[in-house]
Amino acid sequence: MVKVQRIVLDVLKLHSPNGLEFSTQLAEKCPGCWFNFKVMEVDEKTETVIIVVESEDIPYEDVANAITAMSGTIHSIDEVEVISFDDVESVSAATDV
Amino acid sequence: MFKRFQLLLSISRSHLIVRRYFVVNGFDGAFTMLGLLMGFYVSDEVVLSVVIAACMGTAIALAVSGISSAYISESAEKKHELKKLEDAMISDLQQSAHGQAARFMPFIVAVVNGLSPFIFALIIIMPLWLAHWYPGLIRYPIVAAAAVAFVLIFFLGVFIGKISDSFWLWAGLRALLIALITSLLIYLVSPM
Repeated sequence: MVKVQRIVLDVLKLHSPNGLEFSTQLAEKCPGCWFNFKVMEVDEKTETVIIVVESEDIPYEDVANAITAMSGTIHSIDEVEVISFDDVESVSAATDV
Repeated sequence: MFKRFQLLLSISRSHLIVRRYFVVNGFDGAFTMLGLLMGFYVSDEVVLSVVIAACMGTAIALAVSGISSAYISESAEKKHELKKLEDAMISDLQQSAHGQAARFMPFIVAVVNGLSPFIFALIIIMPLWLAHWYPGLIRYPIVAAAAVAFVLIFFLGVFIGKISDSFWLWAGLRALLIALITSLLIYLVSPM
């Protein structure tokens, strides 16, 4: 079983909502995720931000939909960390419990 | 739901527009009623039912005018703003929060713009209704209604003072002074 535990996204967003509102909305849509929001570049109407998401298992679709709903566009996925669990071990561990 | 509404208000900056329309059209409603009342006051022996009908007709016209004009202008403005944002983002924002705000916020602004003068007008003409329903309760209903208008205009001034962080009493008195000058002008130009 493969789980995505960290993603770094390059996102273009409008000035409004601001970083605090934007990341709060993201966190509300993806419970259990940790977000880091960093502004890289500011233009007249838009800003480029780097969003780091960490979780036990990131629901990427939910994160992407939440960004789109806030008028953001994902330009690129700059970093990904995934972990592969051995399914047999997971099942036996679950059975032991 | 409420958080979503707050977000839409915030991203479209509509809370500022709503507040401005509330004050501006509230003033319109109060001053229009004051003007009507002063006009009736300087006329001799006007029937109360005629005064009420004229004031109610004006209040309804102000409400309809406020709602329709604000909706038409705000929806055009918001569409234009959304188009500019879409150009900047090079993407379709119709399904985003900005798209929703552009469709939904003109309704809110229009309702506030229409209801503000209507509610102010209704409060001002309340003494007229009371005098109509309970004859003898208010001896000079037109004067009482004008007094309510002065009080409301004073409080609108105070509200503006609070927004601009200036001294509330001065802001209220300034609005009241404008209302008094308006009344005096109407009194002076009346043919009686």
